[in-house]
Amino acid sequence: MTMTQKILAAHSGRESVCPGELILTDLDLVLGNDITSPVAIKEFAKLGKDSVFDRNKVTMVMDHFAPNKDIKAAEQCKMCRDFCTKKDITHFYDVGEMGIEHALLPEKGLVTAGNVVIGADSHTCTYGALGAFSTGVGSTDMACGMATGKAWFKVPEAIKVVLTGELRRFVSGKDVILHIIGEIGVDGALYRSMEFTGEGLASLTMADRLCMANMAIEAGAKNGIFEVDDITLDYIRTHGGAEPVIYKADEDADYDEVLTVDLSEIEPTVAFPHLPENARTFAEIGDVKIDQVVIGSCTNGRLEDLIAAAEIMKGRKAAKHVRVIVIPATQQIYLDAMEMGLIRTFIEFGAVVSTPTCGPCLGGYMGILAAGERAVTTTNRNFVGRMGHPESEVYLASPATAAASAVTGRITSPWEVMEL
Amino acid sequence: MKYTGNAIKYGDNVDTDVIIPARYLNTSDHRELASHCMEDIDKTFVSRVKQGDIMVAGQNFGCGSSREHAPIAIKASGISVVIAKSFARIFYRNAINIGLAIVECPEAAEGISEGDNVEADLDNGIIRNITTGKEYKTAPFPEFVQKIIENGGLMQAIANGMI
Repeated sequence: MTMTQKILAAHSGRESVCPGELILTDLDLVLGNDITSPVAIKEFAKLGKDSVFDRNKVTMVMDHFAPNKDIKAAEQCKMCRDFCTKKDITHFYDVGEMGIEHALLPEKGLVTAGNVVIGADSHTCTYGALGAFSTGVGSTDMACGMATGKAWFKVPEAIKVVLTGELRRFVSGKDVILHIIGEIGVDGALYRSMEFTGEGLASLTMADRLCMANMAIEAGAKNGIFEVDDITLDYIRTHGGAEPVIYKADEDADYDEVLTVDLSEIEPTVAFPHLPENARTFAEIGDVKIDQVVIGSCTNGRLEDLIAAAEIMKGRKAAKHVRVIVIPATQQIYLDAMEMGLIRTFIEFGAVVSTPTCGPCLGGYMGILAAGERAVTTTNRNFVGRMGHPESEVYLASPATAAASAVTGRITSPWEVMEL
Repeated sequence: MKYTGNAIKYGDNVDTDVIIPARYLNTSDHRELASHCMEDIDKTFVSRVKQGDIMVAGQNFGCGSSREHAPIAIKASGISVVIAKSFARIFYRNAINIGLAIVECPEAAEGISEGDNVEADLDNGIIRNITTGKEYKTAPFPEFVQKIIENGGLMQAIANGMI
């Protein structure tokens, strides 16, 4: 069995499972945010249950349109807040404590290796970086999960991604995952797991891995999962996570595709509008002028991402016509960045630094694009209208590339600005 | 379950951001969501869709965000069935869970043109293009899925004691 299949078998009380089987699985955590939870709360009410299955295993994070962007958003957050108060939910994260959900939950130690997690948010696949099975669902599945602590799944087949070599300077997990999506396409892993393994793992930080697992959904995958190593275990221990349970794929596990990626060959990579599969390296990128840069999100709003951006911004100024928005993904990251002097670097560069929010990534608020405008952003989707007007354009890149682009005002490789 | 309507056709990789843009996700009101359905790729959809019409699309329909608001908006706009070459997996679950009939049938998705009159017989797994006379076979819905859709969604079906 694959890593994913082993976790699913263990959570459905079975010795083994086969791809295609439908199984009922126990859940270790059920997640929702301020957009998806209101729909789930309404569905939950239809069941007439007084309480959730386990008040410690349901979590809601107010991050998408919070701090409340308008009256309707305020009503949605209020609905979540009232529900969590009434049901005595332990892990309810509101303004002041909240961060972007997929950065926050690992940081709070709410997910550990071997867990099964569902979340009413497609980027719930992020926690695969911790060696968990973790997948995005809709609000009705969330409601069912809150009520019963269970979810049904079709056991997925898997693609094995073997990583070799070591990343070069100013190249990160974002470049790797954009490269992979460029190779296999936005439905290249549809319904399947992406399992990351190989000696190349040793050079990937947890921030790199969380970013890569986060974007598994952009290849259509059910989940992305990393083999657990000392880096994972160290992260889980540091963040107070529960005792990890490590599932390794069998030697003879059946993968229906194997992809080998030499990390030392990965270059700074940018996904052009309007699909994450439109990946290009700088040999294929001409002079593309930009209006905005966003550094943040559940994909790239972690401390390592801010450090990478600050290294390039330090002592430089943003190009005059470019608006630069930096969003630390959690309060802790914000605080760490402040203590390290990164916030000063961003402000002196000419950037605004925001409280944690998903805001601009999905065209919610805090950086909406006008018709014809272009943004280089460290977020995860560049669909039509994703960050604002349907005629605006979103280019996905790493924090280093986004920072380099902010310096020049056009899409720029960090290798150019840092003269590598 | 048998539905008849005219086809409204789209291409590959129709994502949930264009089905219902996030700027409208500050509500979960079905009618309000329906009033903005598809507007970023097709401004005419809302004005021309008729109750019972059938949406036809290419590969990976519903990719991207897990927002259940997307199938809700499609269903509330009057669409009876979505036929596509393939669906993104979260959208597939969500559609069934909220009681929107969806059918994976590459041949039908290829062979049906915009405006064709189409009948989808989901119990027997037959899609008929009445305009061209062509017929396509697909896997019939298992009984529990039929019950979810007939009851208007998973939770309603559970509440009604149907599953």
